[in-house]
Amino acid sequence: MNLVFYILQQLVNALSIGSLYALMAVGLAMVFSILRLINFAHGDLIMVAAYFAAFALLAKLPLVVVIVVMLAGTILVGLLMERMAYRPIRGAPDVAALLTSFAVGQILQNGTLLVTRLMQKPNPLAFPVISALSGVFTFGSITIPRVNVLSLTLGIILLVLLSLFVTRTDLGLSMRAAAEDLPAARLMGIDTNRVIATAFAIGSGLAAVAGLLFAVQAGQLTPYMGFTPVLKAFIAAVIGGFGSISGAILGGYALGGLEVFLTAIPGIGDILPPGLVSPSVQAWLRQWLPSSLSSYRDAFVFVVLILVLLFRPNGILGSREREEMG
Amino acid sequence: MRTEVQDRVWARAAGPLVAIVALVILLALLQVTGLAFWQGLVINLGIFLILVLSLNLSNGFTGVFSLGHIGFMALGAYGSAILTLPLREKQEYLPNLPAWLAGIHFDFRFGPFPLGFLVATVIAALLVSLVALLVGLVLMRLSGHFVAVATLGFLVIVRVLLFNADNLTRGSRTFSNVTPYTNLWWVWAWAILTVYTVWRIKHSPFGRAMFAQREDRWAAQSIGIEVMAPRLLAFVVSAFFTAVAGSLYAHFITSFSPTVFYFDLTFKVITMLVVGGMGSVSGSVVGTALIVGLAEVLRRIEDPTQLYGISGIVLAVLFILIIIYKRDGLLGQREIALDPLFTKGGGTGGEGQMTNAE
Repeated sequence: MNLVFYILQQLVNALSIGSLYALMAVGLAMVFSILRLINFAHGDLIMVAAYFAAFALLAKLPLVVVIVVMLAGTILVGLLMERMAYRPIRGAPDVAALLTSFAVGQILQNGTLLVTRLMQKPNPLAFPVISALSGVFTFGSITIPRVNVLSLTLGIILLVLLSLFVTRTDLGLSMRAAAEDLPAARLMGIDTNRVIATAFAIGSGLAAVAGLLFAVQAGQLTPYMGFTPVLKAFIAAVIGGFGSISGAILGGYALGGLEVFLTAIPGIGDILPPGLVSPSVQAWLRQWLPSSLSSYRDAFVFVVLILVLLFRPNGILGSREREEMG
Repeated sequence: MRTEVQDRVWARAAGPLVAIVALVILLALLQVTGLAFWQGLVINLGIFLILVLSLNLSNGFTGVFSLGHIGFMALGAYGSAILTLPLREKQEYLPNLPAWLAGIHFDFRFGPFPLGFLVATVIAALLVSLVALLVGLVLMRLSGHFVAVATLGFLVIVRVLLFNADNLTRGSRTFSNVTPYTNLWWVWAWAILTVYTVWRIKHSPFGRAMFAQREDRWAAQSIGIEVMAPRLLAFVVSAFFTAVAGSLYAHFITSFSPTVFYFDLTFKVITMLVVGGMGSVSGSVVGTALIVGLAEVLRRIEDPTQLYGISGIVLAVLFILIIIYKRDGLLGQREIALDPLFTKGGGTGGEGQMTNAE
């Protein structure tokens, strides 16, 4: 019985962290599909959103206002980075664009550092508790943090809305056309600047939601907190086939599952019903699995990335166009 | 009675020789005056120069952009520091070293000369080159931004390993009590060797193959130019010197933790490379000097005002401006030639004031 609950609980964990990765990964994938730009500053948008939320909460604004401020602020930052850094270098070689996104990230990180300093806030900054998001749900012997359930549901709702937007609206259609072939889309009379700005705005909005949920879970903020999540989101997008929105969503959940699997496996030694495996095996599991797997999780995840890049460069659901890897 | 050929050889050697003599005089002056601040700055400059030149060899010459080099630096730093740590410190700070490593201590001297430091640096750098060979065999097949992200993955993996290999690295705790062997002379001797090596590679058939496959891989391949061999050579040699820089750094600051060797440092080195120009040896020198100088000035603004972040913003904005307005950096692939200064009649024709690599 214990084992069933354990698995259920880990499944919810996997889906909730997977939702966060998926929310971030679609932003990366949308921009990449149109501009062939890997926007590493996307991770810093998550950080910026978390700081907007924290400052609004510290100013004792009501939660709805906090969320509006956070969304508006993050989308504005996203649009500004497109206008000021990425538009001038459109058409530059891949690597130059990638490096530019790192520079944009540095500006956001150091800018945040400077602002917290000027506002005389500590670094790292404790994220204020939001009572609506804290606490746990209890079902029988499973306890699930409320924020995990929220991540899961919100993630699924937003991703469904995004799919509807991309498939059912004119702007969504233009976006897919631009992703297919940017110059041709322009020749067909599509305002590509508007499409690109929309992609950045939607990506930033989704990143902002992910940033808030992330901050609630982490409990404290630093200007560098976006680096690891964006790498993970990138891996999610690559696993799913870079540039495909559905692929990014799938990759997000796959990565969430993989990570929770790697951290959950060590607990198995304590939870297995007696008699399932011999006591000596159980003792071995208990002794070796905890330290040896979960602390190497990030390394393992990157090995997976490198393997995917080498053997399935188009990902699980990648577009049929052959990516030139040479 | 010297022949014309001899004349030309002398003219060629004269520039670098004069530069080296000037450098030695400068270093000696710094040594004698004992200005600790300037000595530190010049040591820093030398270490960064080695890092930037190595990165130029791999990323600039071949166009295969690695973001993982600081991982090689970290391995070089930890590797050489473990090797040079004296026995007593080893027992105290690294009590769980494997037995065969615990007995090794390259702290011996040859007269006043710390020969052990040299041996440890070379051994560590060779081991790192071996790692680079294995990593390169896998990753050099990729290109464009995919190789950049895969090598970034390598950086993350190295960091996780350093944090977890408690017995070797003390994990997240500071690795300290490294003997401060590094001084002006060590750093600049290695820096000159790096300049010389990278320069020679650039003007060798291997170097030309690197540039050729960078410009147009398929055209190069179709006329029989290898792609993998020059890429691997560049990657491995540059890992060697990056590891040397790591060793020099470790024995300069004497205590460090894995957090130092991460993305901020990576970005700083890349900024120097891009500002100077990818593919130009003299560009690397110019870029490194400019950015190290600028960073120092900015630090002096940051420290008293406590407004940390300004220097990062200024450097990143500068970086973006360079990418927008002068994408090839200050020098592109060109070199500042020294020899026309020493040739009768102002140059022998063949090499102009600015020689072009192609």
